[in-house]
Amino acid sequence: MNLEPAEPVVTAPTPKVKAPSAPGGAEEPSAPEVKLSAEDLRARFGTTQVLKGISMPIEARTVTAVIGPSGCGKSTFVRCLNRMHEVAPGAVVEGRVLLDGQDIYGAQVDPVLVRRHIGMVFQKPNPFPTLSIQDNVLAGLRLNGTRVPNPAEVVERRLRQVALWDEVKDGLDRSGTSLSGGQQQRLCIARSLALEPEVLLMDEPCSALDPIATARVEELIHELRADYTIVIVTHNMQQAARVADTTAFFYMGELVEYDQTDVIFTRPKQRKTEDYITGRFG
Amino acid sequence: MSSVSNPPSIVRRTPRWLPLLGRSANPGDAVFRSVSRLFALLILVLVLAMAAQMAFAAEESFKEFGWGFITSQKWDPVGQRYGALPFIFGTVVSSLLALLLAVPVALGIAIYLSELAPLWLRKPIGFLVELLAAVPSVVYGLWGVFVLAPLMATTVEPALRSTLGFLPLFSGPNQGFGMLSGGVILAIMILPTISSVSREVLQAVPANLREGAIALGATRWEVVRVGVLPYARPGLVGAVILGLGRALGETMAITMLIGNRPEISASLFAPSYTMASVLANEFAEASQDLHLAALAEISLLLFAVTLLLNIVARLLVWQVSRGEAKGAR
Amino acid sequence: MSTRAAPLLEASDSSYKLRKAKDRLIRGLCVAFTLLALVPLFSVLYYLTARGIGGVNLAFFTELPRPVGETGGGMANSIVGSAQLVGLACLFGIPPGLLAGIYLAESGKGGLAKVIRFTADVLAGVPSITVGVFVYSLLVLTLGRFSMLAGAVALAVLMVPTVTRTTEELMRLVPEQLREAGLGLGLPRWRVTLKITLRTALPGIATGIMLAVARVAGETAPLLFTAFSNRFWNDGIDQPVSSLPVQIYTYAVSPFEDWHQQAWAAAFVLVVFILILNITARLLVRHRVKGR
Repeated sequence: MNLEPAEPVVTAPTPKVKAPSAPGGAEEPSAPEVKLSAEDLRARFGTTQVLKGISMPIEARTVTAVIGPSGCGKSTFVRCLNRMHEVAPGAVVEGRVLLDGQDIYGAQVDPVLVRRHIGMVFQKPNPFPTLSIQDNVLAGLRLNGTRVPNPAEVVERRLRQVALWDEVKDGLDRSGTSLSGGQQQRLCIARSLALEPEVLLMDEPCSALDPIATARVEELIHELRADYTIVIVTHNMQQAARVADTTAFFYMGELVEYDQTDVIFTRPKQRKTEDYITGRFG
Repeated sequence: MSSVSNPPSIVRRTPRWLPLLGRSANPGDAVFRSVSRLFALLILVLVLAMAAQMAFAAEESFKEFGWGFITSQKWDPVGQRYGALPFIFGTVVSSLLALLLAVPVALGIAIYLSELAPLWLRKPIGFLVELLAAVPSVVYGLWGVFVLAPLMATTVEPALRSTLGFLPLFSGPNQGFGMLSGGVILAIMILPTISSVSREVLQAVPANLREGAIALGATRWEVVRVGVLPYARPGLVGAVILGLGRALGETMAITMLIGNRPEISASLFAPSYTMASVLANEFAEASQDLHLAALAEISLLLFAVTLLLNIVARLLVWQVSRGEAKGAR
Repeated sequence: MSTRAAPLLEASDSSYKLRKAKDRLIRGLCVAFTLLALVPLFSVLYYLTARGIGGVNLAFFTELPRPVGETGGGMANSIVGSAQLVGLACLFGIPPGLLAGIYLAESGKGGLAKVIRFTADVLAGVPSITVGVFVYSLLVLTLGRFSMLAGAVALAVLMVPTVTRTTEELMRLVPEQLREAGLGLGLPRWRVTLKITLRTALPGIATGIMLAVARVAGETAPLLFTAFSNRFWNDGIDQPVSSLPVQIYTYAVSPFEDWHQQAWAAAFVLVVFILILNITARLLVRHRVKGR
């Protein structure tokens, strides 16, 4: 703690090594598209400051990992990105978060609509216990009052997308809570995807899962990267190294370093980052 | 910056009236919150309206008799003289009698069910004791009239007189309908209230307090006495007060058993009258304004006393359960 | 903690025996008290069955009461009247109670919620007869007659606090993660509350409501001067109506042997109904717990 506070090193977004499969009609190697961008984001619970001014652009169709020791504000950060932080009593957010250039904390913005564009997967799988598997997939649409003309098709498509279809196709009427933890978490991801979000936030999605289930979720993240912008909070550095294009290191509510994942893990620019990834604290 | 897709629509055009319902950007939320708050407020309004309504109805009686209303013994609808003392006396004495009989039993049950009984027995016995609370008051009254009162008159009261008859409490003719029978029926009825609240209070005592005593080699009763009871005391007092509130306001069974005579007697065998009973018997038939006003004043008194008791009791019970929440952290 | 634990440490043999004896004595006393409390319960149930069941026949459910002196007759009008009163009371009492409970559970952290929660607890302890007095001035005096409406309102007032607090407590038990899941799917809070939180808590709330219904079904005092009674069929919501509890009271304090018989039969029917509600409610809870 005798380290003097350094200016955060924010290098991303840099052109990625692996070019994303550009959606139809996109032009030549244009500048990387920033999907989501935090600007001087501050968050607190009552008088406890949890985030102390985070500025961080997130590129479209990449996986960004957020790592850091417990209590560093990484969960709060992602919860600020779809206005889930303010749900807790006493929680306050200041600063801006731009989604395609539009401030989601703007005066006229309805947080409910924000969350339809920015989906979220939580630490503990949380399927709705009163709903069946298929109804869980459709929950976001149905409960929002959207008419689903071809529910069976939507269910199959989303369950295939999360590689759950073959495991559950014979018991779609069973309760969502009858599944194993890993299956439940994939069901929750399918449920989010059914709303066709552009961004998917994942708050330690594997912390309640065993290694095999974790591997499947990581595989899934790999596949989803082609179409979605993903931000994943993890306390597991190997996981960050495996799944993320870019990684952000948070410490005590500040963004210490943000760069390509291989840079963070092989030649970090900050002493603090190096200490953390080499396991000297945290 | 070239955006490929259309920018997502996250802005909602809010209706003008929305700010009136508090700050929320979602109109559905604002409406729903306001409606549910309205109904929550209804509860508050209801209690205030009850107090106001009864005060208003009692005004004439209060003007006529002033404070003398609660000190006068005379209740005479024909002569238009109203004093509530016999009813207050009957209510207070029958309720205290009920407490005297019910509290030891109820605490015994609570301790047994939360600390001593084998686990498999706790649920069924707890259920049976709670069934005691499910039987309607009027059914206890019926049972009291045809089973309890004869038993009191032929067995209990003679036995008491022959052993304790030198006390004025247990003298006078035994008739089965009187203060003692009223107290017994009230005791039966408040028993489940006191025991179930006490049980909750005991279960809220943090386990580490029990473990502390067990580790010192205490017997099971000592664990309860040293580890549990000191902590639970305010809550237990609260449970007893809740029971008292129940007893004060209880109407049907006691009306059927207490004899309904507005007199103050030293003997527990003698008939008496309670505030709730006089309301039950006379309210529907009172035709003169002053009679109605006097009854309304009795109702207001009863309301005020039970309100006060409930407030005190709830505060005491909350104190224990709040402590539990703190201890859990 | 008190320092009175100290004497426990000195374990001389005789004092230990004494402690053991005391322990056994008090435990025995607790058991005895528990058994003692069950005596009146079983006695009531025994007499209800022994004296009541004989009067329960077809006429009891289908005929009107006969005047004094004529034997036979039934309590059909009281049974229907009770059902109508309780049904209406549910209609008036459950929706406000539910909404108030939802408010307390979902947005109730401020001072207002504390006050209301407290008021609900206090209202639950108000003597039912004073509720009758209140409704008498509110509805009977203004409408100029005893009525089914007034009786139902009085019962509803008694139901509201129970429904409110049950709803609140059970909705609080719903894990926060489920609410977050709903919010994360872009549902407005009110939909999350109704379709997820309330829905998950519903079996428990239903149990609480059944218990509240069981309680008001046996209420007599608040009906005495609101619904009053009626020897015939009720003619409408603005007319007096007979109910089982009031009828039991009238018959029990009458001097006629036939009426006593009817009172026992009616009490038997009423208690059976209430016990069925109670037991079903509890089985519902157990079933739900097992289902998890």
